[in-house]
Formats: sequence, C-alpha cells, structure tokens
Amino acid sequence: MTKRYGATLAVDGLSFDVRPGQVTGFLGPNGSGKSTTMRMVMGLDRPDGGSVTVDGRRYHDLPWPLREVGGLLESKAVHPGRSAYNHLWALAQTNDIPSSRVDDLLELVGLRAVARKRAGKFSLGMTQRLGIAAALLGDPGVLLFDEPINGLDPEGILWVRNLLKRLAAEGRAVFVSSHLMSEMALTADHLVVIGRGKLIADQPVADFVGQSSGASVRVRTPTPEPLTAAMTGAGARVQVEPDGAMVVNGLGAPAIGDLAAGLGITLHELAPKAASLEEAFMELTHESVEFRAEEGTAADATEVRH
Amino acid sequence: MVAVTPSLRTLPPGRYRFSGTLRSEWTKIRSVRSTAWCILATVVLGIGIGILATTSEASNWRHAGFVDKALFDPTSISLTGLLFGQLAMGVLGGLTMSAEYGSGSIRATLAAVPRRPVVLAAKAVVFGVVALVVTEAVSFASFFVGQAILSGSTPTATLSQPDVLRAVIGGGLFLTLLGLVALGLATVIRHTAGTITTFVGILLILPLVDSAFPAKIGHPIGRYLPATIGAAMTSTTSQGAHDSFLPAFPFWHGFVIMCLYALGALVIGGALMVRRDP
Repeated sequence: MTKRYGATLAVDGLSFDVRPGQVTGFLGPNGSGKSTTMRMVMGLDRPDGGSVTVDGRRYHDLPWPLREVGGLLESKAVHPGRSAYNHLWALAQTNDIPSSRVDDLLELVGLRAVARKRAGKFSLGMTQRLGIAAALLGDPGVLLFDEPINGLDPEGILWVRNLLKRLAAEGRAVFVSSHLMSEMALTADHLVVIGRGKLIADQPVADFVGQSSGASVRVRTPTPEPLTAAMTGAGARVQVEPDGAMVVNGLGAPAIGDLAAGLGITLHELAPKAASLEEAFMELTHESVEFRAEEGTAADATEVRH
Repeated sequence: MVAVTPSLRTLPPGRYRFSGTLRSEWTKIRSVRSTAWCILATVVLGIGIGILATTSEASNWRHAGFVDKALFDPTSISLTGLLFGQLAMGVLGGLTMSAEYGSGSIRATLAAVPRRPVVLAAKAVVFGVVALVVTEAVSFASFFVGQAILSGSTPTATLSQPDVLRAVIGGGLFLTLLGLVALGLATVIRHTAGTITTFVGILLILPLVDSAFPAKIGHPIGRYLPATIGAAMTSTTSQGAHDSFLPAFPFWHGFVIMCLYALGALVIGGALMVRRDP
C-alpha cells in the first residue's frame, strides 16, 4: 500500500502480513511511516494505493470493529474533561459491549481508583494505560499498539511487555511499533522493519540479528602479529581496540581458534559477540533515515537517553 | 497490501447500529462540564436579558411615542434574551464536534464507528434533542417572566392570541437550528476557536456588512441572515423585532431557510468528514 502527503511519499509500496499467536514488532526510525501504516489499518487514513485488510475485510466493512481490532494509536485520544470510565463507556456502547467489561478493564490496567477522575488530569503513563484499556474493550483478536511504552515507568514497561506476550499467547495477532530496539528484542517474535515508508525486513527476530554483519569475535593474544596476518589472509577484517584486544569480523570463533592452534599461538581470550538488535537495525536503516543528525552528535545523545 | 489475521472468538450476529452510536453520543454530551456551562449560559442570558429588556420597556412606556406604541410587540420583547442565548447554543453545537478533533478523541470514535456519517448523524440527533428541550424551556420561561414584568405597564400577550404560541415555540426552534449550523461548521473547520469565530462572524458581523451597503442598493443579504430570521421567528408580526424595519421573511419561510442552512452545513461537513483523514 501507498500513502502520500502532498509530495512526500509517507508509505511506499509497503506489503506484509501480521500473524496470530505472536508479537510482531514494527520498527523504523522516526518519520519512517509506522504511525501512518497503523492508522491505515484502522481505517483512519486512506491509502492512496493498495489495500489493508483485517481477516480478509477492509476495516470499514467490519461488523463489530472494536470486537475485532483494538488499537492504541496515540495516547492523547481522550477528551480532557471526560472521566476514564465515561470515555470507555461511550466507546463500548457503540459496539454493544456491556458496562461490566469497562469495569473489568479499568481494574486490569490499574485505573479503577481514578475511574471517575477527569482524564485531563492523568499523567502520561495513566493516559497510556487508558488507551490500552480502550484497545482491549472488545476483546479483539487483532491488536495494534503504536509506541505503547511511551511515558511509562519501568514497572509499567514490564507490565506492557508481559501483557503483549500474554495477549499473543492467547492466540491474538499483536502488532507493536517502537523505536526502542532493546524493547523489541525482549518482546517481539517477529519483526517488520521499515525506513522511509519502504519495507526493509520481514523476518523472525533471531534471523534479523543473525544476518547482520555486526557479529564479531574478540581475540586477545601475547603475539598478535602472526595471528593478524593469518586471519587477514583468511578474509577477516581485524581492528585493534585501545586495550590491545582485536575485534574480528568475517571469521567465526572456531575458525580463529583453529588458526591459532595451527600456528602454535596462545590465546588469552576468544569471545564471540552477537550483534545487538540495535546494531542490526542501525545497519539496515542507515540509508533510510529521514532526519539524521550529524554523526556523533544528536544521534549519540538519543541513544544515551534510551 | 497489508493483511492482518484473524479473529479469535465467534462474534455476535449482526453489526453495530445507529442506536448504539446514539447512546454513545448521549454519554459523551452529558459527561463533560462544557455542556452544563453552555446550558447555564443559555438559561441565564435568555431569561436574564429578557428581564432587563421588559423591565426597561415597562418603565419607559409612559414616554414612548405613538409609533413605538403602535408597533409594540410584547411577545418579541420578552424573547429578546434568546438572541443572546444563541451564542451559547452555538458554542455547545460546535464543541460537540470540535472537542473531538481538539482532543484527538475523534480517532477513537471513528475506530469504533468507521462509517463517519453515522457519527455525525448521531451527534446531530443527540445535540438537537438536548438543544430543543433547553431552548424551548428557556423560550417559554422568558415569555412568562417577561409578560409578568410588563403587566400593569404595557399591553401584554397571552399564548392564546394569534401567532404568540408560534413565536414562543419558534424561539426554541431557531436556536436549535442555529446550534446545528454550528455543529456542521465545526465538522468543516475541525477547530473550536475557528468554529466559534466563524459562527460569531455570521451572527454579528454579517449584519454590519449588510447595513454598510449604500441606500440605493438596499440590503440585499439582510433577510437571509440568521439574525434577521431569528428576530422575525420570535415576533408576532413579519416585521421582526419592534425596532427593526428591515424586510424579513414570514415565519415559515424563515424556518425553512434555517432548516436548509443547518442541513447544508451538516451535509458539507459530512462529505468532508468522509473525504479527509482525521
């Protein structure tokens, strides 16, 4: 599917499936089209080309939208003067959902004590919990969460992580966007990665990390010169760290061990290091970041914060 | 194409209906304070300014001229406050829609009810019923309070006199239709401040524009203005308020024109709602 805003192509020929029983992480840099894609699934934004279907039907044609798809698209989708209870109750009434379900969900997300308070007084975390309750109102089989852990404290993040896993374990299709790779590494089973509105990857998390060239081996030896020559000869790239250790790309730990043994070289360290999801992501999306800061300035600051 | 599969449970037969959306909109309108404030403002302005106008009329009657006495319409003067209450009803009608866009809750609403004209229709029905009940009550209260103040000083009206009941009911109808115009405007503009500014402009600025036309052209748009129609609908003569000598449409013509304004604003708003991403 495709979505344009004026001359900007926000989502460009994107195509993927979200399957039940697993958490599908939706990754991409800021401005890559994640939220737009989610709004198109919910029938809020109209694609300029292609189609979005839920269980084979367009969102617009679902007989009971809230009972089939639940969405947390943005936390601030609540009238500030309306209580949490009335917000959920008004939504529930449209799809013939009983008020007992509203009470149950306020309990589940931990807002029961403030159910009658005006939502405008809620913290970001409480608003986020209210949005999650709204998504779960109709007990839907398909769930979309756009940045669900934004504004949550560590306890809240753990709660969301477990909730997403539990919802998937119940057989639901759970689709979660995030710009936090570390979070996706802990939560998602499958990854869809986009950059500038284009699909970059659609595969299990383990494959995504494994195929990255970021995987390396840390080697330390009292006689580096002959080993370096041998490894370079075998096609590896070798970098020397400030502490004297070598970081080897393009050659596995067993092969390095064999080389050293053949040359009679003593190794003090031989440590394989898998690429993190973060590195794999940075590598893949490097080309497609829309708003990139100068290398080593704001980009680093962002990473430190997370 | 993006495909998401599947549903977990068996769903109830049928599909979501208009009645559920109506109940939802009723929950929404009664669960925010702005509704109560707008209703209170309509009551206070409507009845309060009616009291001021009739009190002043009663005390000035002895000094009034022959022409003023001949044109005096006790019904119209007692309903003067309604033309101020219309601002509060317009704000309520506008907020019914613009608050959803302002807060972002429109996305939650349209996710629950993807057929957008259904949402607009439900809002129009719920606001229309609330507004009609409030404004008719205010109109009748203003009439009775006003006649009580006038009695003993000036001629008074009773509901059994020709066209008096029509004018009192007309006051509520006019305010309700004007509120629906504001609801339609809000659906087009999607912004509270912009909606209220436009609404006030139509009510207060357009009459000034009309009066600025040179005398030999006359007042080409005057009788199509809501303010003129409202004055005529709340009087027992087609002349409008006692001090207005603008030509005005008779009651039923004015009523139909107001209905067309409300319908037009809602239809344009509904068409744009379908076309635009919220």
